[in-house]
Amino acid sequence: MVKYALKRFALMLMTLFIITAICFVLIRLLPPVQLPLGDPHTEVVEARREALGYNRPILVQFGLYLKAIFTRGDWGISDKLYLGQDVLKLFISKLPATMLVNLYSIIFSIPIGIALGVFAALKKNTWIDHAISTLTMVVISVPSFVYAFLLQYFLSYKISLFPFLMKGGTDYFSWSMFVSMLPAVMSLSFGSIAGFTRTTRAELTEVLTSEFMLLARTKGLTKRQATVRHAFKNCMVVIVPAIFGSFVGILGGSFIIEKIFSVPGVGSLYINSINGRDYPLFMMLTVFYTTIGLASGIVVDISYGFIDPRIRMGSKK
Amino acid sequence: MEKNTNEHITPDMFEFAQKDTFLHDEKLKTKARGYFADALLRFKKNKSSVVAAWIIGFLILFAIFSPIISPYSVNDKDVVYTNYPPYIPSIAEKNIGMFDGSYTLNSQNELQLASLRAIGQETGMDPVIEILETYETHQKFRGQDRVTYSYRVKVNSYFMEGVRTMVLSYEEYEKIQQFQNETGIQVLYPVVEKADIYVKAKDTSTATDNPNIWYQCEDLKGTPLLDADGNFIPAYSSNPDKTYGEYHSQRIASDPGTYIYNIAKSGSVQVRLCYYNYYIYKNGHEPSYVMGTDIMGRDLFCAIGTGARFSLIFAVVVSAINLTLGAIYGAIQGYYGGTIDMVLDRISDVLSGVPFIVVATLFQLHLAQKVGVLVSFLFAFVMTGWIGMAALTRKQFYRFKGQEYVLAAKTLGASDKRLMFKHIFPNSLGTIITSCVLVIPGVISSETSLTYLGIVNLSSVVGTCIGELMSQGQAAMTTSPHAMLFPSLFVSLLLISFNLFGNGLRDAFNPSTRGTEG
Repeated sequence: MVKYALKRFALMLMTLFIITAICFVLIRLLPPVQLPLGDPHTEVVEARREALGYNRPILVQFGLYLKAIFTRGDWGISDKLYLGQDVLKLFISKLPATMLVNLYSIIFSIPIGIALGVFAALKKNTWIDHAISTLTMVVISVPSFVYAFLLQYFLSYKISLFPFLMKGGTDYFSWSMFVSMLPAVMSLSFGSIAGFTRTTRAELTEVLTSEFMLLARTKGLTKRQATVRHAFKNCMVVIVPAIFGSFVGILGGSFIIEKIFSVPGVGSLYINSINGRDYPLFMMLTVFYTTIGLASGIVVDISYGFIDPRIRMGSKK
Repeated sequence: MEKNTNEHITPDMFEFAQKDTFLHDEKLKTKARGYFADALLRFKKNKSSVVAAWIIGFLILFAIFSPIISPYSVNDKDVVYTNYPPYIPSIAEKNIGMFDGSYTLNSQNELQLASLRAIGQETGMDPVIEILETYETHQKFRGQDRVTYSYRVKVNSYFMEGVRTMVLSYEEYEKIQQFQNETGIQVLYPVVEKADIYVKAKDTSTATDNPNIWYQCEDLKGTPLLDADGNFIPAYSSNPDKTYGEYHSQRIASDPGTYIYNIAKSGSVQVRLCYYNYYIYKNGHEPSYVMGTDIMGRDLFCAIGTGARFSLIFAVVVSAINLTLGAIYGAIQGYYGGTIDMVLDRISDVLSGVPFIVVATLFQLHLAQKVGVLVSFLFAFVMTGWIGMAALTRKQFYRFKGQEYVLAAKTLGASDKRLMFKHIFPNSLGTIITSCVLVIPGVISSETSLTYLGIVNLSSVVGTCIGELMSQGQAAMTTSPHAMLFPSLFVSLLLISFNLFGNGLRDAFNPSTRGTEG
């Protein structure tokens, strides 16, 4: 188990390294951004570029880039949008908003999603099940900006229940901040509720028809006992890794939702860095998003092994 | 020694064993049913998928025909009618509350209501459809009780534009006069001058330049000065020194024949024209927008159709390419296995680790200027899109490659290529077809997201795309929700029905997986 986890981790590092190298080369091949003349930061950025070896071979540049990261934790400084500011500090300052919005969304969606899924599975093939399943399908298909539009138009504009955009400032735990986050949280939640419902329903319907359920009923357990003790436990084998995966995912956030509700988070920073051609920022966030994507995959895979001892990780199928 | 009877056998010695007897096996009464016919039969039983298929058909027809039906093209932009609500003149006349270009104005005071009435009186097209509510406000003013009224009014926003001041070249001015003579539609209206309007004010330099004030006013706020019967008093200018050229077209009803219809500017003329009629002059027909207009004054009906055409074609092309690439890649992986499989797996692992948005951005930055935005966008989708298909094909190959019939074919000397594509591949066809249908909504969804975020700008290549329309609609959401509503309705319907259709197809092709996923 540990060996498998280590192996996966090493593979992930290798993948990450290759992706970083490719992205780095592709970005450095682009002509560097013209710096504004006369700005006091220009000189700083120029000096930094010289130190980062902008005029030397790309592999040397990559070496210098990695060295700066590992020795000083230095990811470079923004050369366009936030001229002269440290990229890492910028990123860290944007992290709380993203994390909070996503955390709230997950906290909302996990219980609702699982409850709906269980309900649908228990009422399998009745109209309730069909209604929930179809609705789930519909909700998953519709892109999140449509929810954002509907919520913003009806709740924020028509009945003025919520503010239009997320509140500025850094008082992340105040009540007014919470209220102003709600539209964004809700637009994110629709999709994840539907996702959890679908997984739970699919898994539970399969478990409910398996033989040990019959055995549990035969030995005298009530339907409720059998479902809670045996079926639900087995169905958790799939759900819990999904939950772990989405907890890793909260760091990432959603680009579109953050843009629409102007959440001062990582997602909108990333979009801005792309549209504003701020390469150091773009490079750093690319590494960040790649790491998150890879990490959540690993967390999901490994947690299977921890939750269900029957699953032998790394063995040949 | 027995005589060898086998030596001289002539053909006539043969006889049919069953010449007069019947075979007692019954013939098959039903037709043999193939794999696809079987799947189709199962598919038809799934009602929601059939409905979804119909909706997809309808949306495809919409995409094909809406740019053809619409009197406008994607490049027809109007500078004034931007983000205007749906309006069809023939339906608006019937006054059934649909397609009437209506917009609700909140809290209009009496002054504003009067100016709306004035527009109606001058142009003959009353912008006020209905006064929805009247509010009474009591106020103490210097010890006296004062009552003010405010209104909630439903107006026709196309008529509300009323008269605009525009500077035209003299040729244009002549052409409009000709148009008026031919059709009898009054485009040009007599010009007004501030001195004639604000008769009581000493200094008119601070007064607003509202072209829709054509009547005498009491003050600079624009309170109309009414005559004894309560009518507006026209303030049209009759000053012949200001005008240029001769006006030889129809005049408005109240014109005694002296009103001037332009003010001379150096090289051109400044006129007051009724925008609705000017629109008819320019386009040859009344404004008629089934879904309203977008932020650039384009017909949304046509724009959505154009965007939809692009989305659908793009998604199909991308899926086709990814399907082919992925199938070949997965076939090689699955068939050969071992080291080849491992190496190829690492490659696809690395590629799938890159977030799609990064791929799209890098392709845009590097390739867009060399091969065009569209091609580089396509490349970005192809770059990582085939991985899912490859994994699927690989799994299918692992399942089938050890089976006896493959071994038999191999023993008979079939080549690797033949084994892969003649013997194993057809078995995984069903799975691949269904996943192709499920890939299409995924492509449409990411394409819409990226154009929505503005990372890829396709408007110069394909006119417009749904994502762009939506992000423009989002910007003006409160005043003109239709600009966001129609594109999002289209995308949602398309994605929902494609997913339902794909799921139905998957259940039909693989009955064993039915009901396990959503």
